[in-house]
Parts: sequence; structure tokens; C-alpha cells
Amino acid sequence: METQAVQPRPPEHMDNPYQPNMARIVRIHRMVPDNYLFQLRFVDDAVVENWEHRPGQFVELSVIGTGEAPISISSPPTRKGILELCIRRAGRVTNALYRLPTNALVGIRGPYGNGFPVEEMEGNDLLIIAGGLGMAPLRSLLWYALDNREKFGTVTLMYGSRSPAEMLFREELLSLTEVDDLNCMLTVDRDPTGTWKHHVGLLPSLFQKISFDPDRTYAAVVGPPIVYKFVLAELLKLNFHKDRILMSLERRMKCGVGKCGHCSVGYKYTCIHGPVFTYWDAINLPEIV
Amino acid sequence: MKILKMSKNNLDLFVSVLPAFGEVYAPVKRGDGYAFERPSLWSDVQMNYSRTILPPKKLLLPPREITFVFDPDKGFRDLLAEASKPQVLFGVHSYDIYGLNILDRVFAQAKYPDPYYIKRRKATAVIGVDFVPDEKHCAGSMNADFVDHGFDLFLSDIGDSYLMLVGTSRGDDMVVMSGCLMQQPTAADFEEYKKRSRARRDAYTTRLDLDALPEILEMEYHSKVWDDFGSKCLSCGSCSMVCPTCYCFDIGDETDLGSRAGRRVRSWDSCLLKTHALVAGGENFREERSSRVKFRFYHKQRGFVAEYGRPSCVGCGRCVAVCPAEINIITVIETIRGERDGNASGATASS
Repeated sequence: METQAVQPRPPEHMDNPYQPNMARIVRIHRMVPDNYLFQLRFVDDAVVENWEHRPGQFVELSVIGTGEAPISISSPPTRKGILELCIRRAGRVTNALYRLPTNALVGIRGPYGNGFPVEEMEGNDLLIIAGGLGMAPLRSLLWYALDNREKFGTVTLMYGSRSPAEMLFREELLSLTEVDDLNCMLTVDRDPTGTWKHHVGLLPSLFQKISFDPDRTYAAVVGPPIVYKFVLAELLKLNFHKDRILMSLERRMKCGVGKCGHCSVGYKYTCIHGPVFTYWDAINLPEIV
Repeated sequence: MKILKMSKNNLDLFVSVLPAFGEVYAPVKRGDGYAFERPSLWSDVQMNYSRTILPPKKLLLPPREITFVFDPDKGFRDLLAEASKPQVLFGVHSYDIYGLNILDRVFAQAKYPDPYYIKRRKATAVIGVDFVPDEKHCAGSMNADFVDHGFDLFLSDIGDSYLMLVGTSRGDDMVVMSGCLMQQPTAADFEEYKKRSRARRDAYTTRLDLDALPEILEMEYHSKVWDDFGSKCLSCGSCSMVCPTCYCFDIGDETDLGSRAGRRVRSWDSCLLKTHALVAGGENFREERSSRVKFRFYHKQRGFVAEYGRPSCVGCGRCVAVCPAEINIITVIETIRGERDGNASGATASS
């Protein structure tokens, strides 16, 4: 039954996948209360130079003295030099991070996970659907598509937030409503200030404004469970293929490298088999949503 | 494969060379059970033992291991050098060698090889010994009662002698160093081996049917039996601790008092413990005990088969021995196959 070699024979030099690289907090953008954008740069220029990632991948962030947490990458691979992480203050590690000043050192290892299958998506129309904090990982995909604009057909962003004040990357996305090669559709559930000039309504209400060719479109959906519930229903109504709907899962990726077991869904590990799964994967994986 | 024969009278002489290959661990009596420990006297070593309390994974994936020391200014320095200490694991049963081979798949041969594990595995010589199964062993059903790799030497009892399989170059070094203790086996020795291996196979009283089990698990995913097992499970995690193929771990940072310098520690964890699938913000993907019991068996008997072509169970019987609620590989498989009536549901009715 077993056909593997007798003893593992690793090369002389072994990479340590658990080794964090030190990075400096270059800038902190207080975008939204409890949702800051941290811009980081690796201390070692060789790490900066060799860094590569795919939209949809994540890193393990160490706050020294507190611990590690998995964080999705918000910057696109097309913009090198600075790594951007949009981080919600949610647990022990992120609370400690929020106490760090600019210029403090943190540890970063990765990138991990499969990321979005961008090569496969190229040549197709792209529908990026974000709800709430789901914009954090999808911003990497959005800019990847805009920076490789000739490789995609139409590109549409549908982003729904509870209110304008809670919208991630708000100024950046508002400016993108004025470019020609992106259909940037922003909506808020409610507008308490009365100053919002764009759509007001729940995210699925944006579907009234669009049409798609299901044979040549990929949809990337990230959001809270309620978003999956209603958005997936709309996509299926538009006859989207289940394996062309991509979603990204949140789990407790402690090691990031397929060992520690904490991020398992059904019998797959979110950190190596995901975090991006197709809707078809999702309905075949128990306990996914 | 090189096959030799060694008289049992020469065993004491042979083992005297082992310390040259590292710290020797062997099965010795501990309480009512057995444990892999450093024997103070060779006469304490048990050549006929049922199973140790903990599997040999404790020497390859230590229950608690410092992976890095860190400092806010200098960052993280790994303690990989600590993992290179040579050790000899003597008297390992076939299923436990299978257990190590399964850990190899995950920690050495999968994507992202784990250098701490690999260094230890390389620095660890494994000397196997055959065993006669008891009523808790189901290694025969798990294809783990004979093993063809993963050891340096393997000893099989053939009466007055051991037949010795030489699995690695290091194993051969042990043979060479021990001088002229070995002989060439004869045809009669092989006949004796065949007779005894057949007898060992026939000695299993517990036989589990794995046929179509992954599919049956898919069909029974929503079965009430998981609720029944969940209502009995104490969430103690003992099954994971004693399992040769359970490898989940936790990672935590410890700091010195009044300092941000400290250690990153990884320690054994279990999917039966309540916080296993908890994420920041409070969402717990396996809050229910039944979902955690179910997960453990789906991972071993369904997920691992899909990923690695075999279940991650070697039939050692340790979960049978330790689970206070009788939730183990035998009761679960027999219940899910409908071969054991009312075991789990009977308990629910009375609770």
C-alpha cells in the first residue's frame, strides 16, 4: 500500500516554513474604526525583492510577544515593495497590533493558500462581489485585474457595506467609480448622513442592473454568511456555473502549511486546499458555511 | 532486502551497540501499562508487550516543543539544532512504524516539509519487533500488521532466534558494529517465519470492515449516531493524545515576565477540544461535541483516504483502551456500518 521512500531525505538546506520575516509598519491608515490598513515593508531587501503572492492568499502575522494570526493580503502582487493588510481588531493578536506604533516591527510568513485561479480567470469577464469586510481580500484581486486590464473582459465590482462610514477603501473605490474600464457599483444598506451619492440598498439589489454570459464569466464572492446566502441565490438565478463561482473562507489557520489541523473544513485544510473554494467544492464539503 | 538471523541469546550483546546510535528508548513497564522510556536496566525492557500508553510520536513530535525564541528587536531565532539529537527507538510494533510512516506523509513528504520533524526522524533509528495481537488490536484490518519500510531493523520471533530485516544503511551499521552475532537464515527459518506470521494474522479477534467506508460515511453524515456519540463524549481529547497518527498542534507564544521576549511553543492539540475550530471574533465552526466526534472519524477514515490513499488509523487499539465513553475505532465503525445495535443510542436513552 505504501510506496514512498524509506526515510524522508530533505535537501541539505531546509526552508523553515514557520520562520517569520521581520517587517516594519510603514504606515497605519485608520480607514474605519476597528478596521485599519497596515502598510508593511520587510526589513530585509532580499525578502522584498523575492516576495510574490497571488490575490486571495494570506500571511501569518506575528505580533512579537503575543502570537500569530492569519490575515488576508489586500495589496495586489502587481504593486511590489509594500504589503498591505486590512486588519479588523477582533482577537488577542490584532488587539496587540492596534497598540503598536508606526515603525514597530512585526513578523510575517507566507504567502499561504491557493489564492484565486487568476490564470484560469483571464480571458473572461470578472464579477467581484464583496460584502462588508470581504473587500479586504478582494481588493487584491480587483487591482490585479485593473493592473492587467488587457487580460480580462469586462470587470465589475459590486460592494455592499452597512453604511458609508463602514466602507473599506471608501475614497479609493469612490475614485474608481469615475474610471472607464471598471464597472464600480457601490451600495450601502442605509445612509444616516444623507450625503451618499451612490446606490442605497442591500447588495443583491445591484443584480437588477447587470447581465452576464455565464459561459465566460467568473464571480469572486467574499462576505459574511448572509452575503453568501443571498448572492449565491442571485448568481444561480443568472445561471452561473457552480465551478465559476469562487468564494474565500475564514478559518483558524494557525500554521498555514497544512499541519496543525485547526482550519479543517470537512476533510480539507483551508490553508492549503483553500482559502478559495468554488461553490461546487463548497456544496461538497460538509460544514463549510 | 537483507535478512539475517540472530539468536535470542545474543540480544543483550546486540543492544549494547545501540547507545552508539543515540539515546535508547524501549518499552518498559509503567503502572498497568507500558511506555517508551530510557531503560535503566536492559532487563526492564519488555519484548512481549501489548501496546505503550503513548505512541512513539512523542519522540518525533514532542508534546511540547519550543520552535523559536523571539525578541522584539531581533525577531525570531529557530531552535532547529535541538531537534538533531540522535535517538534509537527499540521494540516498536509494526502499526506504530506505520504511524510514523503516516506522519512522514504529512510532515516530510507533503507540501511545506516540517524541518523539526524531519530532523528528528532522520536522527531517530527505529528497531521494530513483532507482536501477538490482543482483543483491542485491529492492525490487521488497517493493513498495518506487517510493515516493509520506515524501520532500520525489524525483529521477528522465530523461536530461539529472531529473523532480522535490515531496512537501512544505518541498520546495517548496527549489524556490522555488533560483530559476528548474526547468521544467515535457512529455509527452515523462513518456514517458521511464515507459520508464525500466519498464526499472528489468525490471532486477531477484532476485524473491521473498511470496504466502501468512505462512501458509507458520506451517506451517514447526518445520521443520529453522531448525536448519540456526541452525548457520550467527554471532550477530553485522550483519543488524540494516544493516537499514533493524530498530529494536530497548537502554537502559542510565552513571554518572560515584564518582557516581550520569549518562546514560541507548539504543543499537542485535539479536534475534540472545544476551541479547536474557534476563530477570532467568537465564531466556532464545531461548537457541538457531536460535530467534533464526527470530524475526527471523517478526517481519519474519509479525508485521509481521499488525500493519501489510506485511512489514518493503524489499529493500535489505544483509543479502545483509553476512551472513558467507549467511543473508539471499533464501536464507531461497527455502529456506522449498522453492525452494532443500540450501542450509542442505548446510552442516549438513559442520559
